[in-house]
Amino acid sequence: MNGVPTPRSTTRTGTDRPDSGPEGPFETSPRDMSSAPRDDVEAPVGARLGPLGWLRWIWRTLTSMRTALILLLLLSLAAIPGSLVPQDSGQPSQAAAFRADHPTLTPIYEKLGLFDVYASPWFAAVYLLLFLSLGGCILPRCLQFTRALRATPPVAPRRLDRMPEHTRWTSPSSPDEALEAARQALGRRRFRLRVERAAAESQGAVSGEKGYLREAGNLLFHLALFGLLVALAVGGLFGSTGQAVVVEGDSFTNARTQYDDFQPGKLVSGYDLAPFGFRLEDFTGKYQRSGPQLGTPTFFQARVHARETADGPEREVTLRVNDPMEIGGSKVYLVGHGYAPVVTVRDGKGDVAWSGPVPFLPQDAFVRSTGVVKVPDARDREGKPTQLGFTGLFLPTVNLSANGWSSTFPAAEDPVLVLTAYHGDLGLDSGVPQSVYQLDTSRMTQFRKKDGTPAAQALRPGDRMELPGGAGSLTFDGLKEWASFQIARNPSNGTALWSSIAAGLGLTASLFIRRRRLWIRVRPGSGTGSEIEVAGLDRSASARLAEEVADLTAELHRTIPPADATASPHQDQTQQKQEQP
Amino acid sequence: MNPTTTADQTLAQLSNWLIYSAIAVYLLAFLTHCAEWAFGSRNRIARLAATPATHRTSGAGTAAEGRTGLRTGSAPGTAVLAPPTADRKTENANGPQVGHGADSSDQRSDLLGRIGVSLTTLAFLLHLASVVTRAWSVGRPPWGNMYEFSTAFALAATGTYLGLLAARKQVRWLGLPVAFSVLLTLGLAVTVLYVDSAQLVPALDSYWLWIHVSAAIISGGAFHTAAVATLLYLARDRWERAEASGRGRGRLAPLWRRLPSADRLDTLSYRLNALVFPLWTFAVIAGAVWAEAAWGRYWGWDPKETWAFITWVAYAAYLHARVTAGWKGRRAAYLGLIAFATFVFNYYGVNIFITGLHSYAGV
Repeated sequence: MNGVPTPRSTTRTGTDRPDSGPEGPFETSPRDMSSAPRDDVEAPVGARLGPLGWLRWIWRTLTSMRTALILLLLLSLAAIPGSLVPQDSGQPSQAAAFRADHPTLTPIYEKLGLFDVYASPWFAAVYLLLFLSLGGCILPRCLQFTRALRATPPVAPRRLDRMPEHTRWTSPSSPDEALEAARQALGRRRFRLRVERAAAESQGAVSGEKGYLREAGNLLFHLALFGLLVALAVGGLFGSTGQAVVVEGDSFTNARTQYDDFQPGKLVSGYDLAPFGFRLEDFTGKYQRSGPQLGTPTFFQARVHARETADGPEREVTLRVNDPMEIGGSKVYLVGHGYAPVVTVRDGKGDVAWSGPVPFLPQDAFVRSTGVVKVPDARDREGKPTQLGFTGLFLPTVNLSANGWSSTFPAAEDPVLVLTAYHGDLGLDSGVPQSVYQLDTSRMTQFRKKDGTPAAQALRPGDRMELPGGAGSLTFDGLKEWASFQIARNPSNGTALWSSIAAGLGLTASLFIRRRRLWIRVRPGSGTGSEIEVAGLDRSASARLAEEVADLTAELHRTIPPADATASPHQDQTQQKQEQP
Repeated sequence: MNPTTTADQTLAQLSNWLIYSAIAVYLLAFLTHCAEWAFGSRNRIARLAATPATHRTSGAGTAAEGRTGLRTGSAPGTAVLAPPTADRKTENANGPQVGHGADSSDQRSDLLGRIGVSLTTLAFLLHLASVVTRAWSVGRPPWGNMYEFSTAFALAATGTYLGLLAARKQVRWLGLPVAFSVLLTLGLAVTVLYVDSAQLVPALDSYWLWIHVSAAIISGGAFHTAAVATLLYLARDRWERAEASGRGRGRLAPLWRRLPSADRLDTLSYRLNALVFPLWTFAVIAGAVWAEAAWGRYWGWDPKETWAFITWVAYAAYLHARVTAGWKGRRAAYLGLIAFATFVFNYYGVNIFITGLHSYAGV
């Protein structure tokens, strides 16, 4: 190209391609086709800046393209540690295990916030700076774009032959006719028009511009990112999630105490939960019965009866893994399952001290589960109060090998409960909160057989375990399944969804719509005829511009025929200018 | 819910035979392309040795070369499968610095190149049949585990390449690198990642599997082809610079000479990336919608989600870099490669080394 090197304009989106477009012509236009800012960030040279000057410089640097690019790279770098270190929010048990395994690293990681990267101040700093930079760039561009929407296209450049697409011919039609035909041709193509006419010399030009949606899409995309940010913030502040284990036949009521685990948003109190509830009627799991993936689950379903309020009407709902239940503004998801052996414990006096299903927690894919039975109100043979505790395994399809007890299939084909028993103090009154799935044996004594080995027994349904010394018994009465539910409330789901839809649409528009200008200039030719020039310019340097100009030329040839209609000179005259390397 | 819990093993076996046949044909295509490049460059060396003066004069202006390259590239009638014409031959002899890879001036290597494309097409059809029978055997989309995802991803990569050819783009020079990386992916898939066809775990049993994963596969295939073009751009650009400063006669120079101009390579990789970026955005959004339906939150910083986000941001950075002063050209290209590396890591790395909610697919 023959232009002098001009300061290259840059856009925030990466969608316009000024680097490949010829830049010379833009020198003549008063306004760029994109409202993107010029990237003229330079360190303040020479002259001393006042405080205001420094502020302006900082603001300009922050909102410049280069800073935004660096911040984008920083953001992706900053997101990496959170995928490598187990996060408290996502994988709490793994995070706890990591802490136990790495006593020296843990305090450092804690200080750096590496167990909760996405809520850490430094991660927030990166994305907030990025959004500040984005806002500082996008808002002025929005204003500029609204001005551009009201304005007409700029005047036609003097030298149309410098455009990437250009063709000319002479026609016997009068300049006025030609100009009118040109205006109609561009108007029919829904270009925004500016018609210049110098009446005296009966010459004029029609400038057309099209593809404003490109910039609109670009702005929409970036604004929608703000929508996503707002949605994330609202979700974090006002949303809540919790998990609950419910045994078949039992009910769940939406109160904080009913959750096994409850993570409220920062501005949610535990008392304003919607009063819905549900009863788990039954849970069904199906598994691969043959083939290499034996035991892989293929189907989970939980049938519940749900109520919106404590005494509202019940409705039956079937929950599946990808099919949650909506109730009381929350969503209830089926997230896990396991077995709850039904046991009855009798104490030394022969009284029933405890009875009911006990959820055991699955440890592997074949649902080898561990669990405990805590009996706080028992008496020994003499009638003195004592506490009993049982701990052990539940195996839905039992297999005993040299490696110990294991399960070989997740369905309850051959269920066995393997238990050992303790007596003493369960530690329930110590004030320290206790897990219902773990037995604190520090103040308990294990029952032993006469030969001194720990008393342990494998029970099939209906079997009974007698504790040594007539201390009581446990019967394995039957089996129930439990399902675990995630109950989530997020008031910003809609905002997030609509923002991402807007972002997707905006992005598509900004990448696929071409902003381009076409010009038709008419000069008086020999006699009453006229000389016509057609030219086009496309910021995205698309090959389609050539087709568009050829198409327009072909149409104009019909309305303003060339002087020598037999020849079709535009084919030869169409210049294919190439981009500057 | 599909009532059958076991897959149709006969069809699954057929699918396996088809994939092995496809690998064999890909290998043939790869070797044919190798031969094509080897013959072409030997021929070129011989010609250069005979006319050293041409080399000097034409090394003068890279701008002129780029123009010539583009002109011939976009000229009508140079369909990919058309044999080289006489006048093209002379043109190339006069300005030999811009090659078209497979689209070479040498009759024999051109024939080899066209055989290569035919073989790739045949391999693609076998590959497609394998993926379809696999899907048929299990009655669900064929991307329920890493083996199936890999084969589908490789299919998308070949599909992108053949699609570009069908759209009459001059990309036959992509045949060699694409065949190479497709072979690599398929080799990994059948040896390391293979699992027998089986039903899905309930977590994957959703129509979102069609939407979310297919969008990810297609984006991956196109990102892959774009990354290949970016690599070749970096090589060709380096060679063009060396050439401009009077060097550029290394052992591999004949290869770089046969590539399209750096500008064209750069434009192609940019267009592919920009074309597919919205689809990748859609894949991430669809994943978020699915996560909302399956796990009760649309974004939970699960490792897979995190890396999808990192990939997205990296490609966004690449697209921005292309229009930032001081970042255009090679630096943007490096960013594009980094972005593709994050995509690859998200697939192999996250699935194999990091446990998260997405790691139920039997590796």
